[in-house]
Amino acid sequence: MFRWNSVTFKEQADHYHMQHSHLSSTGGHSLWVRACHWLATIAFLLLAFTGIEILMVHPRLYWGETGNDLTPALFELPISRNYKHQGWTASRAFFNEAGSPVSAGRTYDIFNQNGWGRSLHFLAAWFLVATGLAYLLLGAFSGHFRRHIVPARKELNRRSLWSDIVSHARLLVPSATGGPQYGLLQKITYAGVVFFALPLMVVTGFSMSPTITATFPFLLDLWGGFQSARTIHFFATIALLLFLFIHLFMVIRSGFRSQFIAMTTGNKYGKEKDHHAP
Amino acid sequence: MEKKRIITRREAIMSGLAAMGGLLLPGCTRVGQLPPTYGNILRMGDALTYAAHRSLLPGQSLVREYSHRDISSFPATGTLNPGDSSRPNHSELYAKLHHGDFRDWRLSVEGAVARPGLYSLEDLMRFPSKKQITRHTCEEGWTAIAEWQGVTVRRVLESAGILPSGRYVNFFSFDGWADGIDMFDALHPQTILAYAMNGKQLPVPHGAPVRLRLETQIGYKSMKYLQRMVVTEKFDDHGDAGSIKLGWSWYNGI
Repeated sequence: MFRWNSVTFKEQADHYHMQHSHLSSTGGHSLWVRACHWLATIAFLLLAFTGIEILMVHPRLYWGETGNDLTPALFELPISRNYKHQGWTASRAFFNEAGSPVSAGRTYDIFNQNGWGRSLHFLAAWFLVATGLAYLLLGAFSGHFRRHIVPARKELNRRSLWSDIVSHARLLVPSATGGPQYGLLQKITYAGVVFFALPLMVVTGFSMSPTITATFPFLLDLWGGFQSARTIHFFATIALLLFLFIHLFMVIRSGFRSQFIAMTTGNKYGKEKDHHAP
Repeated sequence: MEKKRIITRREAIMSGLAAMGGLLLPGCTRVGQLPPTYGNILRMGDALTYAAHRSLLPGQSLVREYSHRDISSFPATGTLNPGDSSRPNHSELYAKLHHGDFRDWRLSVEGAVARPGLYSLEDLMRFPSKKQITRHTCEEGWTAIAEWQGVTVRRVLESAGILPSGRYVNFFSFDGWADGIDMFDALHPQTILAYAMNGKQLPVPHGAPVRLRLETQIGYKSMKYLQRMVVTEKFDDHGDAGSIKLGWSWYNGI
């Protein structure tokens, strides 16, 4: 029976690790993987922080091309004083017909730190895009994706997937390996982040640029409009933050110190100096 | 295993640097002058975005134009009436012009132009008019669609005769705001001085009598309550009247 006892936990996890020989490590993280990992981490944290600030300025999300305080929202988030504020002059219709669009003037001093918020968001986005492009090129040409990230066809069967899900559900996390090989769920998750979630963030971000959508109007059609892109950008952020928490949890369960050292120095056993390695 | 790597570290770094150089090089030739950064890292990021947009995106692409049924409700934000005496720094002149239904309003076109002059609403309406139904994209995150009618900035500048040294077009408003755009955006076919919104005279909360519509940038670049339009050779941050001093980006194509 699994117990929340650190010795028993470690024994069980290492036993699980030995049974699953595909998890045996082949080498530490290479320099470019480590560089990309930390650059992307810093960029992501800055993007998440400034992204939340930007959302706080207008904490309403919509679907379609338009959305503002005078139109219905999909939902609103109570994350700043701008939430459902009532500082508006009486609304006036644009046209003499029922259901005409209206205008009203804002009389409320809203929370707005977008001056630095937006500029820092886009600066961090440059780092993420540059790091991401370097990572995708290096990963494709070095064989890193083929060997470590994309699940091999023979691993992809219902039985191994189920057994990996069960061991994750039982929190059977093997000791730090300090690098590849990765487990099946781990590979699927990393592939989802680097090939799907992060590119989705970038493309939905581009879809909110008036200059970029002037050149590439199909970006608006892709999502169904500016506000749809903004809403997808929001949900992809939630997915990535969820990934970050699970990733951190797994790193801590498997040995935070050695995993951190491995991702920083490249030593696969997570020791501080090479000569300590067995 | 290490030796089998196809791309060596040095090759990777060198090709990365070469790619970055390739990105920035056209920026130096086509952008002309970058906005000042004041040693501020955020302003450097803004300048990089500006250089990338100007060098990587083709020509003056037109923004999407919508149909009449796409017109949406449209909040008025920022200054709602520069003549409102309860406002600090309110404009007596604007209140007077508003009282006279803007018959005495004139747009002063000055700077690096051959024929500086004053343009009344009637003068502007005599130019061929341009109508466009476009999306306003506010930096706050909201969007709205409206029909705008006006004269292209290009037509007015041509009438005044831009001197070859002109590089920037600066706008000064009755609410004390000042901002500039580069000639690339000023001469864009959809950059207009709008005097009508949704088929009616431009309402005061939306910038009467004339506002700028700069469709390729974020909303706050489309200045309301225009008073002067000044062509300059040099970039002007407009000090305390401009956006940069307040910590906002000058270029807002994103």
